[in-house]
Amino acid sequence: MLHFSKLKAFIIVGVVVLAALLALPNLLSESTRAALPGFIPSQPVTLGLDLQGGSHVLLEVDTPSLKDVLGKQLVGDIRLRLRDAKIRYANLKRTPEGASVNIPDAAKVEEAFTVLRGLSQPIDTGLFGQGVQVQEFDIVRDGQTISLSFSDGGMQTRISRAVQQSLEIIGRRINALGTTEPTIQRQGVDRILVQVPGLQDPARLKSLLGQTAQLQFRLLCDNQPQGAGSTVPLGCEELVDKENPGQVYWVQTSRSATVDGEDLNDAQTGFDQRTNEPIVNFRFNTTGAQRFCRLTQNNVGRPFGIVLDNEVISAPRINEQICGGSGQISGNFSTDEANDLSIVLRSGALPAKLTIVEERTVGPSLGSDSVRAGFIASVIGLIGVLIFMVVSYGLFGVFAVLALVANLLMILGTLSFLGATLTLPGIAGIVLTMGMAVDSNVLVFERIREEVANGRSPLNAIETGFRLALATILDANITTLIAAVILFGMGSGPVRGFAVTLGIGIVATVFTAYTVTQLIISGWIKLRRPKVVPL
Amino acid sequence: MKPFRFVPDNTNISFMKLARPGFYVSIAAVLLSVVLFFSVGLKYGIDFKGGTQIQIRTMDGPADIDGLRKTIAGLGLGNSELQEFGRPDDVSIRIETQPGGEDAQQNAINTVKKALGDKVDYRAVDIVGPKVSGELARDGALAILLSFAAIMVYIWLRFEWQFAIGTVATLVHDVALTIGLFAILQLQFDLTIIAALLTIVGYSLNDTVVVFDRFRENLRKYKKMDFDEMIDMSLNQTLPRTLMTSISTLVALISLYVFGGEVLRGFTFAMIWGVLIGTYSSIFIGAPLLSLLGAYVDRAPTPGPGDNAQAEIVQP
Repeated sequence: MLHFSKLKAFIIVGVVVLAALLALPNLLSESTRAALPGFIPSQPVTLGLDLQGGSHVLLEVDTPSLKDVLGKQLVGDIRLRLRDAKIRYANLKRTPEGASVNIPDAAKVEEAFTVLRGLSQPIDTGLFGQGVQVQEFDIVRDGQTISLSFSDGGMQTRISRAVQQSLEIIGRRINALGTTEPTIQRQGVDRILVQVPGLQDPARLKSLLGQTAQLQFRLLCDNQPQGAGSTVPLGCEELVDKENPGQVYWVQTSRSATVDGEDLNDAQTGFDQRTNEPIVNFRFNTTGAQRFCRLTQNNVGRPFGIVLDNEVISAPRINEQICGGSGQISGNFSTDEANDLSIVLRSGALPAKLTIVEERTVGPSLGSDSVRAGFIASVIGLIGVLIFMVVSYGLFGVFAVLALVANLLMILGTLSFLGATLTLPGIAGIVLTMGMAVDSNVLVFERIREEVANGRSPLNAIETGFRLALATILDANITTLIAAVILFGMGSGPVRGFAVTLGIGIVATVFTAYTVTQLIISGWIKLRRPKVVPL
Repeated sequence: MKPFRFVPDNTNISFMKLARPGFYVSIAAVLLSVVLFFSVGLKYGIDFKGGTQIQIRTMDGPADIDGLRKTIAGLGLGNSELQEFGRPDDVSIRIETQPGGEDAQQNAINTVKKALGDKVDYRAVDIVGPKVSGELARDGALAILLSFAAIMVYIWLRFEWQFAIGTVATLVHDVALTIGLFAILQLQFDLTIIAALLTIVGYSLNDTVVVFDRFRENLRKYKKMDFDEMIDMSLNQTLPRTLMTSISTLVALISLYVFGGEVLRGFTFAMIWGVLIGTYSSIFIGAPLLSLLGAYVDRAPTPGPGDNAQAEIVQP
């Protein structure tokens, strides 16, 4: 057992050297890393947000707001279908769960029902590849009223689609911030995790993420509110001013009085030539340009509102028809506000509002303090364990320490290789591994001592010690590994980082204790031919 | 160099005699912890309760905590709590979950920032909405229970059911006492403490498994020996290893506690306690329980992986 074939010894040494190479970039400065020849790995461990500073923001699709958007679309779709089928309808309206419509002509109800059923697409839920199909809507007929409501499956699919779309749009918005290496990933069904390292102030990030950015150009109603408590006229809705919530406008709800921002091609920050105020210049695509042209042409002299997320940014008067396809938005912006508005307009509107359900921000000062503290704690912990082992086990203690160093290199190398993220709890996991890693060596050494006491020759005692300790080492480490795996499965963020280093640490521990220590000891035996075991 | 023995060789401590009083003390302590958990309760951090936690550093010398407390209390944000955080110029501010859903939490942090002005450095801001905190609490509890179940199955497969009961009893003991300590001291209980609990579970198990392994080995070797005597022998044989590992782990942990910074302190504190308790419980809970269940232990167990070694063992 203590005899290692050349190949086996070569593999063990090879693994350790490889780990050392992979771990090496962490000890070098950035410029040295860049100067390394290509075949040497140059990927250091990624520091977690808690170590380098940054923001972690968890967003959730706001289901009520999504339902609202979908309900409005559904109303439009119903109108279109019935109109195409030349069926008269009345009382078409939103319901909390969808929409409902009344068919005055009793003879046409059946036909309308069939037409509207065509709206509902079958959805493949695709659970376990069973291809279970559900309908997008539940359609119910009650007398002459037909109501459509979103089925659970339909809603799930819509939420999922909204998340997918939001991922892209958020990506564009954050890239415009120009920060390095943001990560944007989907989490669960209806959530998106955004992590932006090295951000001083997350306020701007949050304002970029928090806007749905639905831009609309809508005609104002002829009557405007006179003081509080006036009733909103038919075909109008009341919207507040973005700057001054006390000021309200009545804005036309009709589709023909509206041009949507989704027809925008581009938006850039500029400055008003007369007042030098920051403004946003935008350009429509062809469809948008045509619609905007028609709207302005027919309404010269009337005011229209520039509406962003149901708030009025400004309400200028249409002085002349605008058919060039471009225009500008002014609204007492600061330069930053104008910049952000053009970013969100360029990136496109989110399909629904996203709410921030969790936010964790670490400033750069705390991050670097944590790195320093973690480093000092690791070094002192290592020295402490080292002294303890050498004092307790003498020469064998030195062997154990060598194995421990190999162990640490392997943890660091594996983390770098996997591109895993090192967090502060992750450092704690490494320090803890240092303490527990020697356990395997302690088990072996104590066992060897016992076998020596039982009257075995040194060689025999060492061999038996290793063999008998193996099962125990495995049992003891697998149980800790179970805890690490569960922690990884349920944990989030930093805690997960702890589970990662702990788990890697355990595997490295078993490997080094059983191969590296044994190899060193077998080398020592060959060299010294000991008569007694120095334990 | 002659190695120094921290633990004397060939100890012959009759643990089983000490076990009975130890057992009673432990049961009392576990019961007390349960009572404390339900009466006093834990001081949950924002991870589980939701709310906002802000860590600031004042830029003009030591923080005036009383002044800050008054400022924050005057903002109408409900219950708030301020305390020094490791240094006289570091303050941790905690604000309870604001009514009005997720957006209300965001508004609260803006209010605080406006009130504190720019004389402070915001070192960390954590906001956990009511929805997420509920999930984190559920996941945390689930993780602990899941680990118990998984470990029980593993031990049952590797040993026998008596051993599995013994291990899980020690784990419940360790987790209960750690929770009890956090309830008595009213230390903040957050996600990192769940991580600590799981690690304690792993560590304590490690200890227990080593003792059980030795016990099983002895069970095969000495078929006629008295049960309690054999437990004592196994405990004495593994005692050097148990203590050596605990000491070396404690050395690493104490270094983390002292030098690792304020953020990790709660975690390391729980771990240090857990290592002490875990070492105690594997000796005084796990092994004596085996003696209680011993009548049912099969004296000729099916061979395990380490068994092929048995054939050549020299009987002393």
